[in-house]
Amino acid sequence: MSDESRDAGHADLLDAIESGEGYYLACENGHGSLPPQRICPECGSRELTQEALPEEGEVETFTVIHATTPSFAEDTPYVVAVVGLGPVGLTGQVRGVEPDAVETGASVRPTVVETETTGERTIGFRP
Amino acid sequence: MDVADGGGYMSGVRVAGIGLTHFGQHPERPSRDLFGEAGLAALDDAAIEREDVEALMYGNFMGEISDHQGHMGPLVAEAVGLDVPATRFESACASSATAVREAVMNIRSGEQDVVLVGGAERMTNISTPDATEALALAADDLYEVSAGMTFPGAYALMARAYFEQYGGSREDLAHIAVKNHYNALENEYAQYRREISTEDVLDAPPVAEPLGLYDACPLTDGASAAVLVSEEYAEANGLDASVAITGTGQGGDKIALQDREFLARTPAARKAATEAYDDAGIAAEDVDVVEVHDCFTIAEVMATEALGLYEPGEGIAAAREEETTREGPHPVNLSGGLKAKGHPVGATGTNQIAALTRLLRGDHPHSDAIADSPTAVAHNAGGTAASTAIHVLEEAQS
Ligand SMILES: [Zn+2]
Repeated sequence: MSDESRDAGHADLLDAIESGEGYYLACENGHGSLPPQRICPECGSRELTQEALPEEGEVETFTVIHATTPSFAEDTPYVVAVVGLGPVGLTGQVRGVEPDAVETGASVRPTVVETETTGERTIGFRP
Repeated sequence: MDVADGGGYMSGVRVAGIGLTHFGQHPERPSRDLFGEAGLAALDDAAIEREDVEALMYGNFMGEISDHQGHMGPLVAEAVGLDVPATRFESACASSATAVREAVMNIRSGEQDVVLVGGAERMTNISTPDATEALALAADDLYEVSAGMTFPGAYALMARAYFEQYGGSREDLAHIAVKNHYNALENEYAQYRREISTEDVLDAPPVAEPLGLYDACPLTDGASAAVLVSEEYAEANGLDASVAITGTGQGGDKIALQDREFLARTPAARKAATEAYDDAGIAAEDVDVVEVHDCFTIAEVMATEALGLYEPGEGIAAAREEETTREGPHPVNLSGGLKAKGHPVGATGTNQIAALTRLLRGDHPHSDAIADSPTAVAHNAGGTAASTAIHVLEEAQS
């Protein structure tokens, strides 16, 4: 990927998750946020450190998407979930499980997946 | 004439005129032409001199994509024959309500006496997948859209979270779509003027489960406008401007659902409502009629709860129990809502102001459905409500 098309912070996080070293940004008060971020949006602390992303999280809500944008046309139907991982949440595609079998409260592990249509990297989850 | 809390001068704000285009499929019409029609209709309805307009505040969301056009303020000013400072407001689907709010504050401050506000959106000249992509620009590109979250998908995430937390069913939501279609039957500006049944909603193809095609508002081309004036200008010029905007509020939230405390509530709307009610000196119990941002059926539920008409978790059954129907105690979306009236994104906020103005003036098809001297509220939400602007309209005290 060329530097021009790279989104600093976000792309770094995907690299880290891909190599099993996912992280989030934490302030001294225990709030979590995601890069790129210079200040804790909860308390205003500017002392943010990288903390290890939990290896497992819980599906808070999900949807099975049937109608979508051209960039995901060949991905349908696909599951997008919001997953709670300690003090942060992540949005990603649930893979490795039939859409009908996804449930809220299920434990999933964050990963990086490629979309079917464009091959772009994005956050994913597996059981 | 009111005296603001700080003791400073604050003018009352009147709606002197409103104008609308038909909402529907008009793919061949550039948004400048849509706004030209609505803006001129508003100026004609207000019966004021064109030279008296001091500013234009214009809402639009996706003009760069559908019209290949930025810098729209001067463009649409020219379309209505005005040579005034003209600024575009972009707050996703709340774009024109934020324009209205700016106009209200400018008039109150005494800075301006006559402002043309409004918005337009052209959406059906591009394909549905391309429009879906354009609408997704209102979500977090890095953390939501990159994973394939669409806007129906975002509201589907909220709908499932609501069902999990509070209960409710797709059938409850279907009653909202049915109600709003019924309300639009006599609305000559509405995109859909046909009745639907709960079976139609439940049997429609899924878009983003648990939401189906009939839970969603359509893609719409259209424009809306209103002439807002100071009370002093209205009196000095003998205007027939019986409707006042007595409260304004705006709330914000984190843009991405994943970063929020609540997945089944819209705190930005609650904040905006609290501010607008305080501003108008009213309480939620005083509200008689509302136009809310039902981009998806579940959005109407969360809106009525944020407005304080229902406690969280209790708004879901309101349409099924006929509380928010035309005859019920809390009529919601008498114009047909975004679901049936249509949702030309940048035009929706001012359209709500126009619909409530007509209801209060008595020239709306459903004016008979509401109490005398009603308190009316417009709720316009952008994105998954991270930008929400709310206005209170009442009969002017003169
Ligand atoms: Zn903090």
